[in-house]
Amino acid sequence: MASRLMALWDWFDARMPSVAEEFRKHMAEYYAPKNFNFWYFFGALSILLLAIQIVSGIFLTMNYKPDANLAFGSVEYIMRDVPGGWLIRYIHSTGGSAFFAVIYLHMFRGLLYGSYKQPRELIWIFGVLIYLTLMAEAFLGYLLPWGQMSYWGAQVIVNLFAVIPFIGPDLALWIRGDYVVGDATLNRFFALHVIAVPLVLLGLVAAHILALHDVGSNNPDGIEIKKMKGPDGHPLDGIPFHPYYTVKDIAGAVLFMMVFCAIMFFVPEMGGYFLEYNNFIPADPLKTPAHIAPLWYFTPFYSILRAVPPMFNSQFPGVALFGLSTMILFLLPWLDRSPVKSIRYRGVLFKSAVATFVITFLVLGYLGTEPVTVWGQFGAWLGYADVATVAARVFTLLYFAFFILMPWYTAIDKTKPVPERVTM
Amino acid sequence: MKKFLAALAFLPLAAAVSTHASEAGYRLDHAPIDSTDLLSLQAGARTFVNYCLNCHGAQYMRYNRLTDLGLTESQIRDNLILTDAKVGDTMKVALTLKDGKAMFGAAPPDLSVIGRSRSADWLYTYLRTFYRDPKSPTGWNNAAFPLVAMPHALWSLQGERGLVVVAGKNHGPAEYRWSQISAGTQSTVQYDTTVRDLVNFLVYVGEPAANDRKRIGIVVLFALLILFVFAYLLKKEYWKDVK
Repeated sequence: MASRLMALWDWFDARMPSVAEEFRKHMAEYYAPKNFNFWYFFGALSILLLAIQIVSGIFLTMNYKPDANLAFGSVEYIMRDVPGGWLIRYIHSTGGSAFFAVIYLHMFRGLLYGSYKQPRELIWIFGVLIYLTLMAEAFLGYLLPWGQMSYWGAQVIVNLFAVIPFIGPDLALWIRGDYVVGDATLNRFFALHVIAVPLVLLGLVAAHILALHDVGSNNPDGIEIKKMKGPDGHPLDGIPFHPYYTVKDIAGAVLFMMVFCAIMFFVPEMGGYFLEYNNFIPADPLKTPAHIAPLWYFTPFYSILRAVPPMFNSQFPGVALFGLSTMILFLLPWLDRSPVKSIRYRGVLFKSAVATFVITFLVLGYLGTEPVTVWGQFGAWLGYADVATVAARVFTLLYFAFFILMPWYTAIDKTKPVPERVTM
Repeated sequence: MKKFLAALAFLPLAAAVSTHASEAGYRLDHAPIDSTDLLSLQAGARTFVNYCLNCHGAQYMRYNRLTDLGLTESQIRDNLILTDAKVGDTMKVALTLKDGKAMFGAAPPDLSVIGRSRSADWLYTYLRTFYRDPKSPTGWNNAAFPLVAMPHALWSLQGERGLVVVAGKNHGPAEYRWSQISAGTQSTVQYDTTVRDLVNFLVYVGEPAANDRKRIGIVVLFALLILFVFAYLLKKEYWKDVK
């Protein structure tokens, strides 16, 4: 049996040697630093989630109906009458949130260890493009259940395009395909969500990984392992990705699946953060919910949008800052002037900046899930302003300060000497 | 920006919908429901078909799914189907949206997923806080959902009650003074149990697979735990020569 399989493989290999060649190049002879820590699981986990979302999504489309009159009912049909349908739906809804959690941790890893710095700027740019595409994918998909939050969330976000000077109103109309979010919008969002955007995502992921394998992985010490090669020509601190990191990532993936399944099987709504309660009310264009909040992964940016007051009689500054808050990530490799990559060898300035940024991101995220009245009002001395709005403005400034002041504080920060070899 | 977002949403054409807190600020009571209590669920199903299903449908829920509650299809047919529906049909209601609107001013919402959009606690509180109000068109009002279009459907069980709200001193919480105007067929304790069973049933209808979900979840987590032990040992075996 084994020899027959080997014969079959030899036959295949003789006709298409590039399969074995690519496997060697990207797996068996791709040398990765041996000191990857906990933070290095999230790249592989993102690939796992991409696969989970695509497969569960395919099964959902078999019973979902992209029709304003049928969409909400077809989701309930999946939840009740399709055998195992509830499981597929929860895999997809939990997967959406888990994807963002994993991507945020993956990006944070890049920030900790300077993975975006020369020569990996292009990997970072592809990564930010993946993140933006993923946001589009999540936004488009969230309309499909056709609940109240789906409907009004889409209404608010599409209307953001309407405030762009000159072309805005026509642009919003073109996106919607109607004067309000309606059947035409649902149909096109479905098309974009199930095929157009996933294709772009797959292409970007391929570019991200190819670019990574060309320059090699960074590591928690921020050392270029290719500088120290052994007599065999392989990096002294490198180990073949396969089998070392495949077996390690499998263990990490199983651990991750345990967390994922614990949420999916026991708290699939995650207290309204993964599935909003209002989204179990069918979309009603005549009934505006009192409080419209996006899902948790958009709320830091939603807070920034809400925090900016109108200027020159236009809402455009808020929308522009909202856009800028994500686009500024592209500039990170050129904003960071530090001679070292890893936070391990950086000084107190960078460490404090990162700590402040984490708090800022979390506070903005929390505020975005709540109405602006959540922390009450100031007294007359501040014109009875909402405390949460003022806080959101302060944290919006801190958010941008992290990036805008980065060239300064990374340049003057006192760094420690970086060792020649990685530390385990 | 706040005004802008409100304008974006074309505010407000009708009364706002909100969840998980009574918009009137009425403190919600905890609903003592238990999804594994089949007798309670069966009692809730009976109350549902007798009192709710005249106006409210559960159009995504099939009658024969109630076999989940330990009933046979013939028991469902004999006791729970009060219309000419087949046992494989969904719990539709004869009242059309238009008639409902004409009768109550608002179409009675479908209750298939009401247990998920409104919490169990909200439903449990709402169904126990109706009171007589001569100023309302139906003669009924509700402490948890003021000016609700629905009259008290369970009034023959609970009886008629009156309510006087006294504003709290120094901006403290308002005080609710309930009075019994006429007695119903059930005592307060019996009525609370009836509502508890009904809410239990509504929560079940919101997600009939919920009990299966938890059962399967335990098995899956246990299997993953075993898989993790082997995956970890495999990793350790490969990595023992990495220094």
